[in-house]
Amino acid sequence: MSAVNAAGWKPTMGETGEGGPAMQTASGDYGLMLEEALIFELGSADKSGVDIDAPERAPAAGLAKFLRKGAPALPGLTEPEAVRHYTRLSRQNYAIDLGPFPLGSCTMKHNPRLNEKMARLPGFADVHPMQPQSTVEGALEVIEQLADWLITLTGMASVAMSPKAGAHGELCGLLCIRAALDARGEQRDVVLVPESAHGTNPATAAFAGFKVESIPATPDGRVDVEALKAKLGPNVAGVMITNPNTCGLFEPEMKAIGDAVHAAGGYVYCDGANFNAIVGKVRPGDLGVDAMHINLHKTFSTPHGGGGPGAGPVVLSEALAPFAPLPFVTRGADGSIHLVEEENRGEGHAQAFGRMVAFHGQMGMFTRALTYILSHGADGLRQVAEDAVLNANYVLRSCEDVLPAPFAKSGPCMHEALFSDAGLAEGFSTLDIAKGLIDEGFHPMTVYFPLVVKGAMLVEPTETESKAGLDRFIASLRSLAERAKAGDQSLHSAPHFAPRRRLDETQAARKPVLVWQD
Amino acid sequence: MRYLPLSPAERAEMLGVIGAASVDDLFVDVPEAARLNGPIADLPMHASEMAVERHMTRLAAKNLSAGSAPFFLGAGAYRHHVPASVDHLIQRGEFLTAYTPYQPEIAQGTLQVLFEFQTQVARLFGTDIANASMYDGSTACWEAILMAARVTRKGKAVLSGGLHPHYGEVVRTMARFTGDEIVSLDTDLTAEPDDAAVIGAIDDKTSCVVVQYPDVLGRIPDLAAIAEAAHATGALLVAVVTEPVALGLIEAPGALGADIVVGEGQSLGVGLQFGGPYLGLFGCREKFVRQMPGRLCGQTVDAEGKRGFVLTLSTREQHIRREKATSNICTNSGLCALAFSIHLTLLGGKGLAQLAAVNHAKAQALVERLTRIPGVELLNQVYFNEVTLVLSRDAREVVRELADRGVLGGVSLGRLFPVADGLHKGLLVAATETTTSEDIETFATELEALLVGVPA
Repeated sequence: MSAVNAAGWKPTMGETGEGGPAMQTASGDYGLMLEEALIFELGSADKSGVDIDAPERAPAAGLAKFLRKGAPALPGLTEPEAVRHYTRLSRQNYAIDLGPFPLGSCTMKHNPRLNEKMARLPGFADVHPMQPQSTVEGALEVIEQLADWLITLTGMASVAMSPKAGAHGELCGLLCIRAALDARGEQRDVVLVPESAHGTNPATAAFAGFKVESIPATPDGRVDVEALKAKLGPNVAGVMITNPNTCGLFEPEMKAIGDAVHAAGGYVYCDGANFNAIVGKVRPGDLGVDAMHINLHKTFSTPHGGGGPGAGPVVLSEALAPFAPLPFVTRGADGSIHLVEEENRGEGHAQAFGRMVAFHGQMGMFTRALTYILSHGADGLRQVAEDAVLNANYVLRSCEDVLPAPFAKSGPCMHEALFSDAGLAEGFSTLDIAKGLIDEGFHPMTVYFPLVVKGAMLVEPTETESKAGLDRFIASLRSLAERAKAGDQSLHSAPHFAPRRRLDETQAARKPVLVWQD
Repeated sequence: MRYLPLSPAERAEMLGVIGAASVDDLFVDVPEAARLNGPIADLPMHASEMAVERHMTRLAAKNLSAGSAPFFLGAGAYRHHVPASVDHLIQRGEFLTAYTPYQPEIAQGTLQVLFEFQTQVARLFGTDIANASMYDGSTACWEAILMAARVTRKGKAVLSGGLHPHYGEVVRTMARFTGDEIVSLDTDLTAEPDDAAVIGAIDDKTSCVVVQYPDVLGRIPDLAAIAEAAHATGALLVAVVTEPVALGLIEAPGALGADIVVGEGQSLGVGLQFGGPYLGLFGCREKFVRQMPGRLCGQTVDAEGKRGFVLTLSTREQHIRREKATSNICTNSGLCALAFSIHLTLLGGKGLAQLAAVNHAKAQALVERLTRIPGVELLNQVYFNEVTLVLSRDAREVVRELADRGVLGGVSLGRLFPVADGLHKGLLVAATETTTSEDIETFATELEALLVGVPA
């Protein structure tokens, strides 16, 4: 059962052919359903899509003993072949540009193309991070303007811009807390994390050298405040709370939690992954937060790119601001902008805890996020949160009669609607609904997360879905719920109409094949 | 508001379905005192595409872009020509606006690219395997040190003085919190890299030695000798490559005995971008696979036996292992990995070798011209596309004055190593295929004017 014809690329339909097209084509392609080989099957090392002049001189004699024995075994393609290869591959992907992508906690919203255009202006894209400051005033101003927006929108004292993504921002926030505790001469080594938290929270706390203690959730999907208070003490460095939380609910006791943590000498880290629900409606700074990362690739629409790059600036309270890592941009009283790095940290920034990245952070994401923010303005960002929450509640109320919504009775949700797979026919679960959505032409929601709900399905439509689009999604979700309740066996083998059927993940993990072998 | 599809009538209709009187009813869980009752004061309101474009274009125009001046900066970020098709392809919405491929049946495009990328990186580095990318070179370097500690069960890392100082800062910053012991060797203005000092610092507590190749001053360490010394005590060699184009000309670190090879992939496909987003590369021996950080894509088959790809070995990762994960990383640099992979596919092995040869030749031409200037001495005779020059003056001032004359004339060691004594006359200059002879001549003329006082 070989999937590759050594004489060329021709996928076989496998031994069963079950569910595949009834007719076999000679090419292995079916109309616009196009298969694509690997570059290692298509290209050769002596082929190239780039014209390069011959070098004007031979390598220096001193380099002789370091020279590579032969060119690297990397296949090349000419431009037409390369463009075709990647274009054909692109068509095997689902994307926001094709339809709703309702992954809870991921905020897959439309990515405005103006952002892409602005990030590609040579004044931003073709600037070296170590050019003299006199030649990069505009770049520093982008960082400063974005920083100013983030500080104002969150009601915080300052922002560390350099973290590369959300988890990196979490790390930055926790290291600020560590540095602040060190400055106080205190050794506190426990961080409290709710059991509903995203996996990055405990992983980050452990990475920063803390011990993690879990806080249970209440039956209505919130942090158990009494359990949290009972754990506070002189060994607790702080808490990490996601708000709105991973059940799609606002933590109404956030301020009380913050007050209790502060009274016990700890700090409050807020996971800002779900900031999209409250931007312009609530400022985390008003809720007692000391540090919060902001995923620019979520709330501020920088593209996810198939898994990054992201950007994770961290807003900080007065208490933590002095410890922010280098480098950063400051604005003087005269309006002039200064880049602070190791060379000139001087006395004013002696407490900076160090450096997290080689250069200034995700500049390309800063230009996109600032473009997005300026497009929306203060009024538009508020509307973003309102529409995101409205869309999620619309999905929640339109489906709760066919899918159990464990926390729906206690009130509205924020920007995510949470369902469970309780009540489906014997042997049917969340996975069947998710794979069924693929056949319906949608990307599935987040599944089996948060862990506190059995068979969780977390739907985040975002504000950029139209009502018509939501109605189509709701109709599909309802249909699938009813099919799963009725025991429709065809769901077990879904998806039927995707470029691939269910993939064997066990085989992939048991004998990992991570690189192509000739 | 052009990005928000709901009309007022639709909002009202949806509120009716929900059974809420107003949108504020949906925010009832937010304590009254914390709720904002209108747009935050003193912030601008929404703006048209044209207005925003005007604002951003004005900011961009305040920068001197590398392409509009004679340009010789490197130090971990290199300006290479990126074929037009690369940027076109990465902007296809199916790549640009997709998420991490958690649903493999509808993400084979991204997954196959990652599999191809992993193979390309492994072949370039001479390692058995590679992961699906990290944030950047500096964070990949720290993750390599952590991984070496897991593999060897030792906790002391030795950093060569030739390691990029920002990378060293990242490592020392993180180690201060994790308790790992870091021995940082001094950076000296010597013609040869500090191989002997690195070897001398290895003892039986050493988990790894971290050696940049070529190093931050442009020198080329003897990785084979260092690997042999490291392996003798059970330590690993972590090689750091900040200019992957070099590997078109000089031997792959993995072929010289490096156990883990990390790098910055920005040179291919990604561009300068004022420092980010960049692309962390990470390759290693296959036997370490379960200790590796970051995402991995693996080959498998689907229910019909067709070849396909999935994210695999996720039991190492934070969303499964939580506080026991090998790394806290969630997002990586997917789109930058795509750009890197496309650029490398367009080059091919022979193209990369030729590109590397051209880079080296340009650097030779640059060195030849600049060292004719009184007050300029060449530090290292052996280099790839970047060298250290020792000037007769403080190089920080020279770089600033060159900028005033419209020349982006390298990176001063004083800026890179602000606290080190004795390096302030050092100037790091790089040349690539984008460097023209006119650029070199302009640079030389202006530099000579600054050092010797000849009127420009």
